[in-house]
Amino acid sequence: MDVERHEYDVVVIGAGGAGLRAAIEAHALGAKTAIVCKSLLGKAHTVMAEGGIAAALGNVWPEDNWKVHFRDTMRGGKLLNNWRMAQLHAQEAPDRVLELEEWGALFDRTNDGLILQRDFGGHRYARLAHVGDRTGLEMIRTLQDHAVASGIDVFMECTLRHLITDGQRVAGAIGYWRQSGGLIAFGAKAVVLATGGVGKAWKVTSNSWEYTGDGIAMALEAGADLIDMEMTQFHPTAMVWPLSVRGILVTEGVRGDGGTLKNSKGDRFMFKYIPDFFRADTADTEREADAWYEDKKNNRRTPDLLPRDEVARAINTEVKAGRGTEHGGVFLDIASRRPADYIRRRLPSMYHQFKELADVDITKEAMEVGPTLHYIMGGIRVDADTAAATVPGLYAAGEVAAGMHGANRLGGNSLSDLLVFGKRAGQAAAEYSKRTPAPRADDAQVGAYAQRFAAPFERGGTENPYAIHAELQDTMQELVGIIRRRDELEEALARLERLRARAARAGVKGSRVYNPGWHLALDLENLIAVSEAVARSALVREESRGGHTREDFPKPDPEWGSKNVVTRRRDGRLVLTTEPLPPVPGELRALIGDDKPGEKVATGSEPAIVGGKE
Amino acid sequence: MTTETVAREVRMKVWRGDATGGEFVEFAVPSDPGMVVLDVVHRIQATHAPDLAVRWNCKAGKCGSCSAEVNGHPKLMCMTRMNEFAPGEEIAVSPVKSFPVIKDLVTDVSFNYEKAKTVPPFKPKPKDPDGKRRMYQEDVERVQEFHKCIECFLCQDVCHVIRDHEDNKRSFSGPRMFVRLAALEMHPLDTNERIDLIRAQHGLGYCNITKCCTEVCPEDIHITDNAIIPLKERVVTAHYDPLAWALRRIRRAGPASPAPPGPQSKEFAAPTPKPPSA
Repeated sequence: MDVERHEYDVVVIGAGGAGLRAAIEAHALGAKTAIVCKSLLGKAHTVMAEGGIAAALGNVWPEDNWKVHFRDTMRGGKLLNNWRMAQLHAQEAPDRVLELEEWGALFDRTNDGLILQRDFGGHRYARLAHVGDRTGLEMIRTLQDHAVASGIDVFMECTLRHLITDGQRVAGAIGYWRQSGGLIAFGAKAVVLATGGVGKAWKVTSNSWEYTGDGIAMALEAGADLIDMEMTQFHPTAMVWPLSVRGILVTEGVRGDGGTLKNSKGDRFMFKYIPDFFRADTADTEREADAWYEDKKNNRRTPDLLPRDEVARAINTEVKAGRGTEHGGVFLDIASRRPADYIRRRLPSMYHQFKELADVDITKEAMEVGPTLHYIMGGIRVDADTAAATVPGLYAAGEVAAGMHGANRLGGNSLSDLLVFGKRAGQAAAEYSKRTPAPRADDAQVGAYAQRFAAPFERGGTENPYAIHAELQDTMQELVGIIRRRDELEEALARLERLRARAARAGVKGSRVYNPGWHLALDLENLIAVSEAVARSALVREESRGGHTREDFPKPDPEWGSKNVVTRRRDGRLVLTTEPLPPVPGELRALIGDDKPGEKVATGSEPAIVGGKE
Repeated sequence: MTTETVAREVRMKVWRGDATGGEFVEFAVPSDPGMVVLDVVHRIQATHAPDLAVRWNCKAGKCGSCSAEVNGHPKLMCMTRMNEFAPGEEIAVSPVKSFPVIKDLVTDVSFNYEKAKTVPPFKPKPKDPDGKRRMYQEDVERVQEFHKCIECFLCQDVCHVIRDHEDNKRSFSGPRMFVRLAALEMHPLDTNERIDLIRAQHGLGYCNITKCCTEVCPEDIHITDNAIIPLKERVVTAHYDPLAWALRRIRRAGPASPAPPGPQSKEFAAPTPKPPSA
C-alpha cells in the first residue's frame, strides 16, 4: 500500500496542552513543525481538565512562592519526584500561566483585577488559576487558537503508531489517517511525544478513548527507558451512579470550594485518615478545617484536601468497611455548606453534569462519588531540563513523561506540567533539529510497519477487539487496581499474555475508511504492552507509596523511597531494574523537610483505621 | 423524566453509509440504567457493527465531539439520556446535516477549521506600568460566556444560511465563528481590527437572527443576543455612522471600507442571494 510522506524538523505527536505548547515553541524557534493528533483539534484530554492550573502567582496569598509549591509537590509525590523537574515546574509555572493571558485566556479574577486562585488538595495556599470548573477548555482553546494563528501545520484525526529509527536515533514516525485509512509517514529530526496516558486499560476511568498508551508503547519499542510505571493515580472523586457515567470526573474543586466527604453514617471520615507525614499541615477538628477556608494563617488545611492517593485509599476503606453509599461510593456534600448561587457560579459544569446525567441537583443534595483511574505518574524517563528521552531525537512532555510527580500528582500540577515541560520539550527539540543532520527513514521499516497496519484485515481473525478490550479493562480493574497483591499481579500478567495472544487474532470487518474496530485492534497492542509494564513494575516495588498500594507491603519503605523502577524492552521482552533517584541538593532538601512517609497505609483489608482514631 | 432502575432492551436506528448514500439500520441492544444515546451506539459497535463510525471523547458534554441528529434534533449524544424517550418510541440517530458525510455518524467538519484560520488573532494592549494585567470579573464574564463554546458545531448544523445553501459557506462563517469573533472583539485587552472582515469575509449580514443556533447550544451561550446582535451593532456603528466611518478611514489611511454610509436596516435584513426556506 502507498505511504504518504512528509518531512519536518520537529513532529509533535498529541495536541493536548503539552503537544500544543511544544509545537508553538518549536515553530517560534524556526523549526519546521507539524502537530499530529488522533482527534479533531481541541478535543484532546486537556479539554476535560476542570479545577485549575497550579502556579505560585501569590495573587491571593502573597506568602506563596515557588519554594512552597516545590515543597508541596515533593511531599505530595512522597519524595519520589525528580527534584529538578519539580523545581523547574514550581519556578516556571507562573510565567507559563501569565503567557496564556497574553494569548487571550480569561481566568477568573480577584477583586483587584488579578488572576484568582483556588484551593486544591495538597497545596498549602490557594494556588490554582482557573475558569470556574472548565479550566482545561480555556487552556486548550487558547493554545489551539495561538497555534493556528502561528500557522503550524496540523494533521487531525491522524494516528501515529510507531517511531521510525535510524540506528540508535529517531528518524520519524508512521501511522494512518483515521478518516481515509491511508498510511502516512513523517521523516523528522526530532519527535516530541505528548500522547498522555493509558487510562483506557482500566474499566472505571475518567479518560477518553484516546488514552491507549501510544507514546509509552512507541518509546518502549524504540528502546527508550520508562520509570515508575506502577505509579497510577486513582482520583478519589468520580461519579458512581448511574452505571453508564461511572468514572466521570468530579473536580477536586468541589472540596477546594468547601465540599466535604461523608460516609453513609454522615461522618466526615477523612479526619480518621491523616498520616503523620501530613499531620503538621492538616486540621484535626471539623472546626479548624472549616475555619481554614477563610483564615489560613491560624488554621490548618481540611483533611478533605489531603493528596489524592490518601483520599482515594480512605474512600476505598470506608466502602469496604460497609460505610459506603447504596451504589458503592461515599457522599460529597457541598449543598449543605455553600449557597446555591455560589455552587452554580463556581462549579457550573459539575452542576450541569449531575443534573443532566444523574438527576441530582448538587445545590440541594450530596453527590455519590468514588475513585476512578485518572492519571499515570510513571512513563517515559526524561532529562529534567530538556525533556529528552533516552533515545536521541526523542522528547516527551506531559502525562506521557515521568518523574515530575513522583508517586502521586497533586491536583492542578498537571496543567502547569504540560505548559512548563511542553515549552521545554519544544525548545530542546527545535535546537536539536538545528544541530543534527537529517536522519534516513529506512524504507524497510516503513514497509514492515505498513504490513502490521494491514494485518487485522488480512489475517482472517475471529476475535472481537471490543471483547478483548473489555476483558483487559476488567483485568486491570480487578487485579492492578487501587490495592494490589503479589498473587493478583501475577494473575494479571498471566491474563495479559492470553489477551495478547487473542489480540493477535483480532479480526476486522468493513473498509479502512473511519473504522473504529480496526483502530481498536491496533490500539490493543499498545494497551496490553503498557499494562504489562504497569503490572510488572507493581510487582517489583514491594512497598506502598503514593499511587501504588500493596496490601502485602502496606508501609512505605525508605529503601524503596530512593529508587526508580526502570522498564526497558530488550530482545522483545521487558527488562526491569531499579536505579537510585538523583539526590536532592542540600538547599532544596531544607525546603522539603527531613521527615519521610512512614506508617502503614489504609488498604481496606482490615477494619482498623490509621491515624489512631476510632 | 424518570429514574430507571431495571435494565430493558432498546432499539435504535442508526444511519449507516458514506458520501455515496446510506440508510437507517435498526439494532437492538440491552440498556443499563442512566444510559445516554452514545452508550447505546458504543454497545452496537461492540456487539453488532464493529466498523460503525462515531466521534467521541469526554462523554461528559465537555469536548463537543459526539454531535449528531437524534430524531432530527441536533444533540450531543453523550448528554442525551435514553429515558428522554418513551418506551417503544422510535429513536433514529443520523449525522449532522450541514457537513458532508464521511461515514455513518462522522462528517467532514473541516469547514469550521478552515474558517478559524481566517480569524485575526488576539492582540493585547500594553501591560499596566507595574507589568501586570488587570481585568475585572464583571468585564471578563461576558466574554467567558463565549469561551464556554465546546466547538460541537451544532449551531453551524442548524443555521439556515449554511444548512439550506451549501454555496453560502464560501462567504459565511456561521454562528460558531461569530461567537469566536465576539469573544475577541469584546475581550477587555484586545486591540486587533476585525470589523471589516466580520462584515465582508465572515458574512455577518447573512444572519437573519432566527435564533436557531441559540436554541441548540448545549452550553447555553446566548449566541444571537449576546454575540451576533452586538457584533451587528458594531458593524453598523463602524460603517454607517458617518463620523466613525470617516475617522476609521483617516486612521488607517489605507483602502477605504467598501461599505458606504447607508440605511441601518439594510444590514439587519438578510441580503442572502437565496433566502432560507424555513
